[in-house]
Amino acid sequence: MTTTTETDYTPDPDKIMSVALGPQHPGSGHFRIRLWLDGDYVVRADPDAGYVHRGEEKMAEYRNYIQNVPHLERPVILDSSGILFAYAEAVDELMGNKIPVRAQYLRVIMAELNRIISHMYFLGIYGVFEGHTTMIEWGLGDRDLFIDLAARIGGARVTFAYTIPGGVRNDMPRDMTEQALKTFDWFEKRLQEYEKVFLRNPIFEQRTRGVGVLSTQDAIRFGTTGTVLRASGVRHDIRRSEPYSAYPNFDFEVPMMKEGDCWARTLIAVEEMRQSLKILKQAFKTIPEGPVRLKLGPQPRVPAGETYFRTEAAHGEQGYHLISDGTPRPYRLKMSDPNFRNMILLPLLLKGAHVADIPSIYWSLNFWPVSSDR
Amino acid sequence: MQSTGPVAAQPAVPNVRTAELSTKFLQRFSAAASDYIRPKRFKVTVRPEAITEAAVFLRDELGFDHIIAVSGTDYIAKKEIEVIYFVASLRPGQEDLVAALAERTGRDAPVTPSLVGVWPGAEYHERETFEMLGVKFDGHPDMRGILLPEDWNDIPPLRKDYKSPGR
Repeated sequence: MTTTTETDYTPDPDKIMSVALGPQHPGSGHFRIRLWLDGDYVVRADPDAGYVHRGEEKMAEYRNYIQNVPHLERPVILDSSGILFAYAEAVDELMGNKIPVRAQYLRVIMAELNRIISHMYFLGIYGVFEGHTTMIEWGLGDRDLFIDLAARIGGARVTFAYTIPGGVRNDMPRDMTEQALKTFDWFEKRLQEYEKVFLRNPIFEQRTRGVGVLSTQDAIRFGTTGTVLRASGVRHDIRRSEPYSAYPNFDFEVPMMKEGDCWARTLIAVEEMRQSLKILKQAFKTIPEGPVRLKLGPQPRVPAGETYFRTEAAHGEQGYHLISDGTPRPYRLKMSDPNFRNMILLPLLLKGAHVADIPSIYWSLNFWPVSSDR
Repeated sequence: MQSTGPVAAQPAVPNVRTAELSTKFLQRFSAAASDYIRPKRFKVTVRPEAITEAAVFLRDELGFDHIIAVSGTDYIAKKEIEVIYFVASLRPGQEDLVAALAERTGRDAPVTPSLVGVWPGAEYHERETFEMLGVKFDGHPDMRGILLPEDWNDIPPLRKDYKSPGR
């Protein structure tokens, strides 16, 4: 049986040094990787998660379906509308809600804005990890334009509690289409500069090409998802594989690369932003008029039942396994989290790597410990 | 075996593909129960003794090769814990389907075979289910907790008789 913790290396106790990477913020959050090093090589890596475990699933059992909205978006505040999408759809499915088309479009708009916001953060921090200061300045600066757009719709900067069961919380301002389209056009050109300055930068390429290679077979075997899966030769995106909400109405591509290395994973993220822009432009231009929310009341009753709903969030496939027993609160809510699924790659990809490659590999997975811990 | 899960809220509209897959599964495992068949989802429950064989059949014959998650639910009134493996497929033509392979074990000392050998990606998911619901996975290569503090000294928190402090 092949597992990630198995090692064929015979450790020489005098040579092996164990090191804790984290949990004091190795770059992305409160998470520790225990490393066993032989000189410059990683012999074994064991991710030690749980520093930010909040018991989201238990909390959900104490709250009704509307009260659950704000805390369920906290695990990934970068992509709050993206991870709420699946929850709202799961509740809607159990209740049999027919969501107004305008609300579906608004859900997609917020999810795609959040995808760009999340990927920009990923790129910016990756710049820091690789010693590329320009990228973090550009990344976080340009990201703010999208936060501004999202704030005009959702009323907050990061946690919007916008996508709710029954539709969305409120309509968007009527005068923002022009501002939005202007931002999208500008950002499309801006992405070309990113390629020149960051992605095709020889130093960045040297540090990421051929590093942390994940084969297609392993990507599938280990159940990985998101940019990681698509950078390893699998064209699988829930928005296309199992279209939900308003996504069948939009024309977009699912990027895929075969290299499976850190560089490919970065390129996929950039290409996904381009596709998000494409979706956003279509959505802003074609959004129909109509109501944006069904009247569910403050404590909606969800008929007894069970469902698994999945959507493509910024980090990968976000799923909710929801069991209702007919009371106002969920009997069981299981968050199937993309980061938790990808965490299993750390022992696999870090084994045998140079210490200097740890940041490259770690952050290329777009790994978000808060979400993984829930 | 009778299904004891909650009644599905939606009218089951068997889709050709999920119905076919589910039928194939039930032909092979006659003791299994079909909990629901929906256009893109189906759930089957087997006995813990048969789960390894069922998982291999799902993976190799039906093409469900991409593990999503392992979920568990404490049905305290029935004194049972349900463990569900959600598995997606990357086989062309059924990329939109999710199979749920479930099993029920007693609540007192639940032990069930580990499926890490079938879907290696289940390793951390089973560790999570182990610490959150107290289900021990027999044959798991590394049966430790993963998210809770090392000094956790209480019953598994997702069991229904665990009460959060202050609640």
